[in-house]
Amino acid sequence: MAAEKAEMDVLKKECDGLRTQIEAARKAVNDGNMTSAAGSATEVGRVQLKLRKSLKGHLAKIYSMHWSSDSRSMISASQDGKLLVWDTHTGNKLVAVPLKSAWVMSVAFAPSGNLVASGGLDNMCTVSNIKAASPKTLRELDAHTGYLSCCRFLSDTEILTASGDTTCCLWDLETGKQKIIFTNHIGDCMSLALSMDENTFVSGACDSLAKLWDLREGTCKQTFSGHTSDINAIQFFPNGNAFVTGSDDCSCKMYDLRSDQEVITYQDGSLNAGVTSVSLSNSGRLVFAGYDDFNCHIWDSLKGEKVGVLSGHDNRVSCTGVPADGMGVCTGSWDSFLKLWN
Amino acid sequence: MTINTMAKGGWHRDQMSCFRKMEKVIVAMQDPDMGMKMRNQRLLITIIPHAMTGRDIIDWLMKKSNICEEESLHISGLLVRYGYIYPLKEPRSLVLRPDESPYRFQTPYFWTSTRWPASELDYAIYLAKKNIRKQGELMEYEKERYSVLHKRINHTWDFVVMQAREQLRASKQRRKADRIVLECQEQAYWLINRPPPGARNVLDMGLERPNNTARVTLNSEHYKNEIDTCKRALGRNRVKSSICLEGFMKYSEQYQNHDPIMQGCLPSNPWISDDSAHWTMNLETVPTPTRLRVERWSFSFMELLNDEMGRREFMTYLEKEFSGENLAFWQACEDIKHGESSKIVEKVEEIYRNFLAPGAPRWVNIDSKTMDKTLSGIRHPHRFVMEDAQMHIYFLIKKDSYPRYLKSDLYKNMLAKGIVPQETKKSVFPFMRRQRHSSPSPAQVATQATEEGGNAKGAGQAGTNSAAGSNV
Repeated sequence: MAAEKAEMDVLKKECDGLRTQIEAARKAVNDGNMTSAAGSATEVGRVQLKLRKSLKGHLAKIYSMHWSSDSRSMISASQDGKLLVWDTHTGNKLVAVPLKSAWVMSVAFAPSGNLVASGGLDNMCTVSNIKAASPKTLRELDAHTGYLSCCRFLSDTEILTASGDTTCCLWDLETGKQKIIFTNHIGDCMSLALSMDENTFVSGACDSLAKLWDLREGTCKQTFSGHTSDINAIQFFPNGNAFVTGSDDCSCKMYDLRSDQEVITYQDGSLNAGVTSVSLSNSGRLVFAGYDDFNCHIWDSLKGEKVGVLSGHDNRVSCTGVPADGMGVCTGSWDSFLKLWN
Repeated sequence: MTINTMAKGGWHRDQMSCFRKMEKVIVAMQDPDMGMKMRNQRLLITIIPHAMTGRDIIDWLMKKSNICEEESLHISGLLVRYGYIYPLKEPRSLVLRPDESPYRFQTPYFWTSTRWPASELDYAIYLAKKNIRKQGELMEYEKERYSVLHKRINHTWDFVVMQAREQLRASKQRRKADRIVLECQEQAYWLINRPPPGARNVLDMGLERPNNTARVTLNSEHYKNEIDTCKRALGRNRVKSSICLEGFMKYSEQYQNHDPIMQGCLPSNPWISDDSAHWTMNLETVPTPTRLRVERWSFSFMELLNDEMGRREFMTYLEKEFSGENLAFWQACEDIKHGESSKIVEKVEEIYRNFLAPGAPRWVNIDSKTMDKTLSGIRHPHRFVMEDAQMHIYFLIKKDSYPRYLKSDLYKNMLAKGIVPQETKKSVFPFMRRQRHSSPSPAQVATQATEEGGNAKGAGQAGTNSAAGSNV
């Protein structure tokens, strides 16, 4: 017993030592700070986005939404047990996918637009073909031992999932089997984001850490700390060199992958609600963060200032998303409505 | 619906911020000078003092915060739903009716935020009182809950009944009007905190996140893995912050014109104008692409490659230079990486035949080391067997052909020909499109009025389509 503990202590000490070295290496390259670098950037001014459409159709809390790559259709998941595919231009519902389990927490659109994936407390990721005459379940990916918090397609043949069992997983849709399991988090994984080149991805978890993973090797390349509570949302900055996280500690942070550290925190004393979701405008200048205080606040990503707010939901904003063409932003809420703004 | 026992204390914080905002409004509404004018309302044969009508509430909010009726309805609806104002007629319907329906302010004692969380004991006492006061007054769902509580907190049941009796006795000593008021207030409180089945539960905190600290065992195995991970992380290449930050600035600046939320878009944003011309002009394949699109091809090599049209144009250029096989090779490798597993073997063979074999019709120039590695890898083909070769060719094209393409007449002509759409003229009857204005907090309304007047000041002002102006 004592020998085991002694061994653990030695290992722990080595770990801590390495972590200190990493911090030192990060400090060594830290020769600038975002707010001063952004001094020369033009002011964004007050961003006032108008509500363009309110999509009604769900009967219960909306937990997740995802844009299609055509920037026109969008899918939303609600705990009324349905996935709805919307044509956001006309406001019509295109497809309704009934779910076996109503406790859905995440939904995703494949880049091809043919497949959608969803999952939640059933611990499974269900992939359906929505181009068929009526939505057909293609695969039920069942191997996680915790709830499914997030899923993202790489293509029609591969999908990444994040789970409450603290792991992320890459699945082969042709066989329905797990290809790679990514373990390193010590808390429920809540969210993940895929890099543009699909070689890496980042994940945020309840252990308040964000991690960068190598999709091919299956290894954790780097760990980013700074948050003091569960990280609920994560998104890449459009140039692929940084990502933004949103956390229950009421703040959002941007982490830079090349200098390997946090570069700026978006927080405000008057905001004491947790962040549920983040998305960025096409130039990366604006960060749309959905909060538990029923609003979506807009941040200037470079100057770190709050520049606007989207108010109108009657309950927590659970998901936000900007389509690929950047036309506007969609917010989904526990009040069962989706709203489009720009 | 089962009775909720309190979830972890963290949720307390989330709702509080909303409650605090609502409470500010409520307090302002009750201000003796600037607040609402209240009057006596008749309820059956009793007169309830300090009540107001739904219409009063809406008008007051509209005037005080300078908002439209719709927004006022929305906010006052929230106030009712969260129990700060309760209806006197039809107490179970927590809706704000914009008419003569009477409403009353909830006393702070019964604000949800004051007595958070609502306790089982209090609920039991409340139900007991109802039961004692008038046998059979409990509704079906209340009877169920009553019996569930009876089982669950049976050990304190004597206390519950005693308290109920005490409170009933005390209330009998009050004036009838006061008694009715108190009963209404208490009932309103419990309608919010223990909603009937089927009614919306505004205090629902959602799926509870299970306590996860016990998920991963922190044993030696874990630490050994951690050490490996840390060593790998330590060895990463790091770039100076200043350079990275500069990169973000440049990117945002470069893409600002291509960001519809920041700069609007031409001919018009389909979300706003309902005219999908923009999408039609930017389809994957169009006879003439827009200038913005062609401009993006010069931002980075990936932008060019990711655009179907861009790739085709680039291929045309490369064919002229007799180096088209490079791009074709790259595309074929991509196809293997993202395509079906069953086709991998045949695709690899095809690539070998066309691009790598000695004397191949479209032979690509790869350095010998990479070539050897690839050739031996081909014997056991898998999805990423072409990766090294593909990378080599990718960088070759990027460093050599791509910059030359951007300087070429082919590209320059494309850019010059690129469409710059005319901004759609405003429709003749702009008021047919009802713009739903979502104003920020009332405090900022004053500044908003002046800002909307002074229009887009160059790149600074975001969110308004440049010529559309401020049409509220």
